[in-house]
Amino acid sequence: MRAIDYVAPTSLSEAVSVLSANGDRARPLAGGTDIIVQLRGGRRELDVLVDAKTIPELNQIEMTDSGLRLGAAVPCYEIYQNQQVAAAYPGLIDAAGLIGSIQIQGRASIGGNLCNAAPSGDSIPPVITLGGEAHINGPNGWRAVAAENFCTGPGRSVLEPGEILVGIQIPAPVANSGTAYLRFIPRNEMDIAVAGVSSSVVLDASGQTIQSARIALASVGPTPILATAAGDSLAGKAASDDAIAEAGRLASEAATPITDMRGTIRQRHHLVDVLTRRTLNIAIRRARGEE
Amino acid sequence: MPGLVHVTTTINGNQTDFLCEPRQSLLECLRDVVGMTGSKEGCNDGNCGACTVNLDGRIVTSCLVLGVEAQGAEVNTIEGVASADGLHPIQQAFLENAALQCGICTPGFIVAAKALLEAEPDADEARIRHWLAGNLCRCTGYDKIVRAVIDAGERMRA
Repeated sequence: MRAIDYVAPTSLSEAVSVLSANGDRARPLAGGTDIIVQLRGGRRELDVLVDAKTIPELNQIEMTDSGLRLGAAVPCYEIYQNQQVAAAYPGLIDAAGLIGSIQIQGRASIGGNLCNAAPSGDSIPPVITLGGEAHINGPNGWRAVAAENFCTGPGRSVLEPGEILVGIQIPAPVANSGTAYLRFIPRNEMDIAVAGVSSSVVLDASGQTIQSARIALASVGPTPILATAAGDSLAGKAASDDAIAEAGRLASEAATPITDMRGTIRQRHHLVDVLTRRTLNIAIRRARGEE
Repeated sequence: MPGLVHVTTTINGNQTDFLCEPRQSLLECLRDVVGMTGSKEGCNDGNCGACTVNLDGRIVTSCLVLGVEAQGAEVNTIEGVASADGLHPIQQAFLENAALQCGICTPGFIVAAKALLEAEPDADEARIRHWLAGNLCRCTGYDKIVRAVIDAGERMRA
């Protein structure tokens, strides 16, 4: 790796001023599990890494009445070991528990997963289906961006030079709701999704009718995809196999995959259909309190 | 060009100071600066686990940690696993179960297995295999390693 400077700011304003002064030659460093590999491999060149882990706001994980406030640098293990968070957001835990290895989960953060903006980022679909919002600070102050609008292309996001993702706000789960995430990989662990799907549902009090649903896809387009038509197709319908099959078909239509070393276009369309149906069934069971 | 940074850390219980460039990984600092070569470099991109160390109570791949990030941290490496009384039960179990051939992956497996068995003494085979998925071995086919960790768990519970 070529020489680089390292700054460990103790406040958000210090981080923003260092990032602003260095423009696109500086980036925040959270768990480092992507950016260090990119720097070492010459896929990214920077002058300054700004450690996000020394900024207090980026390390908080807090449940409030309005939901989860997840600091952008909080590593996966702190998320799934937090029993309150694990109970409230099992769909988020599905993803946090399968990113990389145990070693990677000790460092990697969901905020970093968003900022790395890989189409395959496992935690991005559940953040989208849970209605997550990215809270960004920069030289012009604060702004919030819906998670589904955060990634703009492979490795690209809405972050402007000088800006930093501070945290992700996820609304409190409503009654009778459930979320799940599944990915397909050709082995059991330690791989990058060929396709991934998160589904969230809100059921009525009887647990039989779907009031609303959101479905988001990974690894089947240049960015994670919110499959709006697929989710909307379930609103007001009975939680039946037919309705779920139709949502799977629509989610598969929303995918825009490519053929690469991990899978083909045809396989990925098929996987989105299957994973959508499976995650909807898990989300419905979770909404009913059955698992 | 950025200068050298003074890092103060605790390695295997001993306060250790070292100088490093910000670009150097914790693994490079351990091996080339501090002179502790027990942690191995395999892939140098976080896939193989040969460089696994315990950082503030969590196992990490030290190739994906910068040396400067270890400021104020507690680092535990393979060098700290055996005591003055002899080998750790995990090391003894690796020996007796022939859980290594070339040995490059072994320090990472032992540091990772120790973190698991200390947190979950009753970890079963499925849990052990899942926990160790981030450690690659090209010699053994894993079976002897998993048997050794199961055996070590029994020794540590006894």
